[in-house]
Amino acid sequence: MGTRDCKHICGESSPSIGEAGKTGEWRSSRPVIDQKKCLPARQNKPACFQCWLYCPEAVVSKTIPVRINLEYCKGCGICVQVCPAQAVTMVNEGEF
Amino acid sequence: MKKANIQILDGNHAAAQGAKLSRVQVIAAYPITPQSPVTEKLSELVEGGNLDAEYIAVESEHSALAVCTSASIVGARTFTATSSHGLAYMHEMLHWVAGTRLPVVLVCVNRAIGAPWNVQNDQQDSISQRDTGWIQIYARNNQEIVDSVIQAYKIAEAVYVPVMVCYDGYILSHTEMPVDVPAQVDVDRFLPPYKPHTILDPSHPRNYNLVTLANPRVNAEGVLCHGYMELRYLLQEALQNSKETIMKVGREFGELFGRSYARMFWEDRLDDADIVIVATGSLAMEAMVAADMLRKEGHKAGVLGLRVFRPFPKSELVRALRKSRLIVVFDKNISYGSEGATCSEIKSALYGSSINAAIRNFIVGLGGRDVKARELAEAVNKSLLSLKEGILNKEYPEWICYI
Repeated sequence: MGTRDCKHICGESSPSIGEAGKTGEWRSSRPVIDQKKCLPARQNKPACFQCWLYCPEAVVSKTIPVRINLEYCKGCGICVQVCPAQAVTMVNEGEF
Repeated sequence: MKKANIQILDGNHAAAQGAKLSRVQVIAAYPITPQSPVTEKLSELVEGGNLDAEYIAVESEHSALAVCTSASIVGARTFTATSSHGLAYMHEMLHWVAGTRLPVVLVCVNRAIGAPWNVQNDQQDSISQRDTGWIQIYARNNQEIVDSVIQAYKIAEAVYVPVMVCYDGYILSHTEMPVDVPAQVDVDRFLPPYKPHTILDPSHPRNYNLVTLANPRVNAEGVLCHGYMELRYLLQEALQNSKETIMKVGREFGELFGRSYARMFWEDRLDDADIVIVATGSLAMEAMVAADMLRKEGHKAGVLGLRVFRPFPKSELVRALRKSRLIVVFDKNISYGSEGATCSEIKSALYGSSINAAIRNFIVGLGGRDVKARELAEAVNKSLLSLKEGILNKEYPEWICYI
């Protein structure tokens, strides 16, 4: 089946969730948050949120507790690097 | 018939007039010999309020074409000019502009590429970029420069393929000739406003030139989108089909301005010629003088002055060369390890046709080496002698130089 119905003459797309597919499938390890160490969870008020700020895929929610969208998280581990409370660890996908 | 407005202009100023009359909106360029006067003139025109455009002084030719890309994507009619190393510096962006299908117009003032360092004319620079997906048009004189720049916008914006207008450095760029400069009001009638196929619109956000994978993929709207190969196929298709537009625009230009360009090449006395000289750019004018000399010697010589190199006019060439028994191709370039680019293209065009002419390739004029009509005529005579050996095709070209 051909692609003639696609009227594009150059590479183009419109922004949308999951335009590049389910990038969560690319992961080999996933971030796990220890809510006893996570600062907003401990204080029960908005604080820190560095993981939300630095996530390159915007899959971290700025909520209490902080949640990570595993459909799209690619497992890059930046959240682990930036967390000042060392609340996040990367766990091998094989364990889930 | 329009009233003539003859000005004495050199090729660079003719190109600048072409851009001005086309009402370009963004000019981004970097100076390089022998192109500099084009952009100097345009910046003067902008500064003096005679051209309503943004003149952006960039720090390199790569940046120049990058700026033209962005400006064109958001809907501006853009222009740049360069030569030789400058065009080489833009190489990556030439691919990018063609792949994004942007109607940028670039004038290339043909100059030799180093090493060794040389600022004078040959066509290696633009010929080296023949694979990038740009339409390439060559001018034989300064009138054709201004006319071709104006037509370039109409062609580019109709087919969404960028156009390179090439002319010989110094021989044309710095030589003054009478040029009938079209009137602004007539160019306005000839050239409609640019309708981009790309536009950044906050109410319909789009992303251009995203990573495109090998295979087609369904997009967010559920449409099966082209993979890389399909997009590239469309570029080739556009170039193949652009022949029709190039000739149509040339015809329309002729109807409005009295000088027709409804052709992919210029034919001089081909009707009864069995010896055809092929040359591109200003050399095509010299070739006509050589043909005069050959005619006086009793030979039926004609000239095919190649105007459009990309898309290469294969079928049109086969028709024009049908009576030839000797084709002598002069190239101001060479694809090292093989032969002159024009000669290869012609051989490719003739393969499978019934034309059984002998073809001879001569490399001439590199690095600004002067080419005299007498030398062209002598090369033809030399080729005629070798015809008696019955050799249709030689593996490598001959060079007219002092080696």
